[in-house]
Amino acid sequence: MSVGFFQSQPVLTALIVGALVSIVSGLVGVFTVLRRQSFAGHALADLGAVGGSAAFLLGISQLWGFVGAGILAAGLMEVVGIKRVQGRDVATGIIFGLGLGFTALFLYWDTTIKNASNAAISVLFGSLFVIDSSVIPLVLALSAVAVAIIVIVYRWLLIDSLNQDLAAVRHIPVRLVGILFLVALALAVELSALTIGAVLSTALLIGPAAAALRLTKRVGVAAVIAMAIAVGSTWLGILISFDSYAWFGGGHNWPVSFCIVAVVFIAYLLSGIALPVRARRARLVL
Amino acid sequence: MFSDFMTNTWITASVVAIIAGGVGFFVVLRGSSFLAHALPHGAFAGAAGATLIGMDPILGMGIFAVGGALAVTTLGRRGRSDVVIALSLVVMLAFGALFLSLGSQYSSEVFALLFGQILGVSSAEVLPIVVLGALSAVAIITGYRPLLLSSVLPEMAAARGISTYAIDVYFALVVALATAMSVPVVGALLMFSLMVGPPAAARSFFADPLRAIPLSIGFALVTVWIAIAASYQSNLPVGFFVTLVSAVLYGIGRGWFALSSRRITVAA
Repeated sequence: MSVGFFQSQPVLTALIVGALVSIVSGLVGVFTVLRRQSFAGHALADLGAVGGSAAFLLGISQLWGFVGAGILAAGLMEVVGIKRVQGRDVATGIIFGLGLGFTALFLYWDTTIKNASNAAISVLFGSLFVIDSSVIPLVLALSAVAVAIIVIVYRWLLIDSLNQDLAAVRHIPVRLVGILFLVALALAVELSALTIGAVLSTALLIGPAAAALRLTKRVGVAAVIAMAIAVGSTWLGILISFDSYAWFGGGHNWPVSFCIVAVVFIAYLLSGIALPVRARRARLVL
Repeated sequence: MFSDFMTNTWITASVVAIIAGGVGFFVVLRGSSFLAHALPHGAFAGAAGATLIGMDPILGMGIFAVGGALAVTTLGRRGRSDVVIALSLVVMLAFGALFLSLGSQYSSEVFALLFGQILGVSSAEVLPIVVLGALSAVAIITGYRPLLLSSVLPEMAAARGISTYAIDVYFALVVALATAMSVPVVGALLMFSLMVGPPAAARSFFADPLRAIPLSIGFALVTVWIAIAASYQSNLPVGFFVTLVSAVLYGIGRGWFALSSRRITVAA
């Protein structure tokens, strides 16, 4: 490990924000995978980028841009009908394609009008090391909201995600649960958009959760494992990025977002080794 | 707008639109929007990597798009496909970010790869794009019948001895080819829009593929032409107009479909 890893203020901020975001992403991710809403999660991230890029223009904090656009998009999806948002749905695709178009426009203006030449990289690929430590309380608060939502509706959400008929029989307010989950999903996605960038935030949401669900069938256990994998991947990614400064002749840090995504993906592939063992025991292959 | 230096742009953009309209019809029919969204991202990473080591960007895009197609279909056999596509997508994008940071490209070049650059087509690029386009067209025409059958009636295709897996791989490769040629013009993030918007709009008018495909190609051409003209006049990014026109066309298509809802057909 390089000297000065824990002495560096940006690294400490990155570790704290990264851990908070990973915990939320891991927890929400498990339900996203169970409910087969990977495409919705990805679409929310891309739509959040509209807000992230507009934030530069308006001069507000990027976090507010992401979160505002994310919540708005989640509301829109609920109106359109979330049950259809599963990758097959063309309407979602077109709406979020349009969102990307606006992102292009805003980023173009960011570069030309505001002279924020790094806006494209920053919004799309994130930059954990340049996050100001003053956003920690806000990230903490938003993470708490997302986790609280999941914890409060946990039983309902679990039943609704696993068996919709059973949910209907038990008179669970399915629609309310769906909306609350979407809000939590939007928060999780937008928080990770801040750390590893809008287009990569899907990695932190889906990767650890999918890996965890390959290891165990019990959802509560899977959520804990997913959070652990997410935090571990993020911290390992930060460390690799920090240390990579000295590699191959040195003088250049590998982007922290790349390192985190690479670790997450390796974790997912490794979890596949456990899969054949489990598949023999249970037919449910996730 | 029609001066010499724009000729390349008009030619390549039209080729891209024809292929996107044709391939896109099957994307919508098979419900593979997520795949069509993921592969262009791979192409973006390939372009960034190729530029880094001084290779032809089109070659890099081809390698990454084909690699992505094979990865998605192979991993998809064992994992759940939406999870696999999502993860492959972000891994390829992350490599794109890595290559960009290792190289010394300016932000504007990154922007061009992601969101398209109408002036970015050089004469040397026209021929490879046209060749790749012709290849995709041949692939679609050759595989037309099995593709259509396995998209609409998978069980019947299986009964006739058509392997679903083989068709999946074949189709993913066609999308990869179509993607590799289009990224320099339309941009990685927006090729998706062109492959989904016009075909979905066309499907609202005709259920019959032999009429829907030409209409889809026509819509794609109109989309690209309007986008280039508007981008040239306003100096705003071409990708923005591509998504806007696709969305408007889709809206018109849905409106038409709702009006003529007496027809009993299945909407896209």
